[in-house]
Amino acid sequence: MKILYFAWLRSKIGVATETVDLPAEVRDVGTLVEWLKTRSPKHADALANSTVVKVAVNQEHVPYDHPVGPGDEVALFPPVTGG
Amino acid sequence: MTVKVQSEDFDVGAELAAMTGGKTGIGGVTLFVGLVRDMAGGESVSAMTLEHYPGMTERQLEAIEAEARERWPLDDALIIHRYGRLEPGDRIVLVATASAHREAAFESCHFLIDWLKTKAPFWKMEATPDGERWVEAKDSDDKAAARWTKPA
Repeated sequence: MKILYFAWLRSKIGVATETVDLPAEVRDVGTLVEWLKTRSPKHADALANSTVVKVAVNQEHVPYDHPVGPGDEVALFPPVTGG
Repeated sequence: MTVKVQSEDFDVGAELAAMTGGKTGIGGVTLFVGLVRDMAGGESVSAMTLEHYPGMTERQLEAIEAEARERWPLDDALIIHRYGRLEPGDRIVLVATASAHREAAFESCHFLIDWLKTKAPFWKMEATPDGERWVEAKDSDDKAAARWTKPA
């Protein structure tokens, strides 16, 4: 699965994208975020407060109970501030 | 119906002329232009850098525009949003809506900028005397967008 990070999530984690092999327990956005936290202390710090971690699956905003699979493009980012 | 995501500036007059040229059924156009301010949260801002999610940005803006088209009788709609480094006074965003009557043009333009602010994947980083900082999303923006949510 391809994961993209934006804005301060990218600066805190230190990479813009990574490709990961999902363990079986990852079924939805919520379990994905929990698993990503275990990848490094930087991930754990950046993803600590899930209320400011928004998620898009295949470029659509989704809630944490949205399912995810190996072929998905998943982006994690803070609340948007354009306009 | 057009969406443009670009680093270059845009010419509001030229966009207006392109939107309305030869289309004499249009009775009114509403334009919203967002600019970089030189102050934020009591601190001076010397520059702003806008990051976005290429691909998703265009998709979200097109979806928002399609929603506006469904809700109002529009002859045309245009969203231009810039990314990259901008300075105070620079234009960030243009939303333009054209309709036979002013009410549809005003309302749909307001809707588009309110929804864009909470749905389009852009993030602003400000340069201040204390260093660079990411702009935090405002509750007031969520409230402004929520007023356009249709009752279920």
